Amino acid sequence: MRNVEMSLITKTVKELAIDANCNIGKSFIDRLRDALKKEKSEIGKNVIEQIIENDIIAMDSNEPMCQDTGMVVVFVELGYDVHLEGDLYDAINEGIRQAYKEGLLRNSVAKHPITRGNTNDNTPGVIHVKLVPGNQIKITLAPKGGGSENMSLVKMLIPSDGIEGIKKLVLHTIFYAGGKPCPPLVVGVGIGGNLEKSALIAKEAIMRDLADESPDPVLAKLEKELLDEINQLGVGPMGFGGTTTALAVKINAYPCHIASLPVAVNLQCHASRHKERTI
Amino acid sequence: MNIHTPVKPQDIERMKAGDIVYFSGVIYTGRDAAHKRMTEALSRGETLPIDFNGQVIYYVGPTPAKTGRPIGSCGPTSSYRMDSYSSTLMDIGLKVMIGKGDRSDDFIHDMIEKKGVYLQAVGGAGALLSRKVKQSTVVLYPDLGSEAIYKLVVEDFPAIVTYDIHGGNLITDEVKKYQTISVK
Repeated sequence: MRNVEMSLITKTVKELAIDANCNIGKSFIDRLRDALKKEKSEIGKNVIEQIIENDIIAMDSNEPMCQDTGMVVVFVELGYDVHLEGDLYDAINEGIRQAYKEGLLRNSVAKHPITRGNTNDNTPGVIHVKLVPGNQIKITLAPKGGGSENMSLVKMLIPSDGIEGIKKLVLHTIFYAGGKPCPPLVVGVGIGGNLEKSALIAKEAIMRDLADESPDPVLAKLEKELLDEINQLGVGPMGFGGTTTALAVKINAYPCHIASLPVAVNLQCHASRHKERTI
Repeated sequence: MNIHTPVKPQDIERMKAGDIVYFSGVIYTGRDAAHKRMTEALSRGETLPIDFNGQVIYYVGPTPAKTGRPIGSCGPTSSYRMDSYSSTLMDIGLKVMIGKGDRSDDFIHDMIEKKGVYLQAVGGAGALLSRKVKQSTVVLYPDLGSEAIYKLVVEDFPAIVTYDIHGGNLITDEVKKYQTISVK
């Protein structure tokens, strides 16, 4: 059994939150540069150029790339052999609190969904904990913006809808969202499970490495086909028209009820921010 | 095209969907909460302490400014959430709205009738756009924090005309050119 002090969790969350907001990473910028070469619309090219310039300014000056610094989503993979010396949720929220104050990030959490207000420290985060073998803790953190989250959805399809139904739902969602979720997008799709499981695996899908593909051949094929079809929608960078609507499609699946085919579409804007660290 | 604020009727006339416009001068910020308060005050018959004649509203809630800088990251937020409030503000002289994303048919209809124009800045380009802001002061609803109304002095702030008074619609016109798959 390994004892872990709560201050280590807080410090890790704080550093990941600031880093995620300011530093999108070189591989993402490279992907944008590739897209710029292929984009057919002049306006679309201008938009991608502005996004690249923006992301470089943010990295160099350690300032947030986007003013929507998000509600923080935290995935924790907690080793069975870890003994936590306090409350994990409190420690994570303290890390968020410190990051948003010291990192000059915007407080974007309403106190109550109906009466609104602001919690003024960007807490609470949305925290998901999974138990795994070992004595380590892996923390994946994503500040998730409101624009792209608002255009995401879960739909309970039925088995006969099949692959065609899934594709139709994804294409429909992205076409009618237009510029609102800030394309070029990373599209996370969760297929199977039940209502909440599909949404959760769709969110996990947008945390995947930009370059990977699903190890499941059926899903890998669908990822490729959907990316191609999404980029034929014409929506383009920021919805201004063009051939770059998505940079990647990531699909995760889970067994589901014999009567169901749940599908979640979680859109990630071009400020695709997530960082992970194992402690 | 370069435009100085407040805008004149001939500026509105010459802005066409697809034009990239660089604004200089004063613009005001405002998003969900401030729009709600302003329109509620106007419906009670109150007047606002801001003269919106010929003015520009930019839909943004910036991050806090670093020491020595006028503003933090300040990209546009989605405009459709302001659709139900815009008509009331155009009635008191508002002419230009800058945000991101498409808007309702009712909004476009009212906007053309009231001789306004809607532009988009690049969503998510908050760090880049912050470099175009030279001064920033809170002028209304300071308790709303980042959602307060700020008076910004901008220089060459870039935005692209999306709906113009001649019926031009950048979104439908441009998307059609590149769409090769149906969603029906």
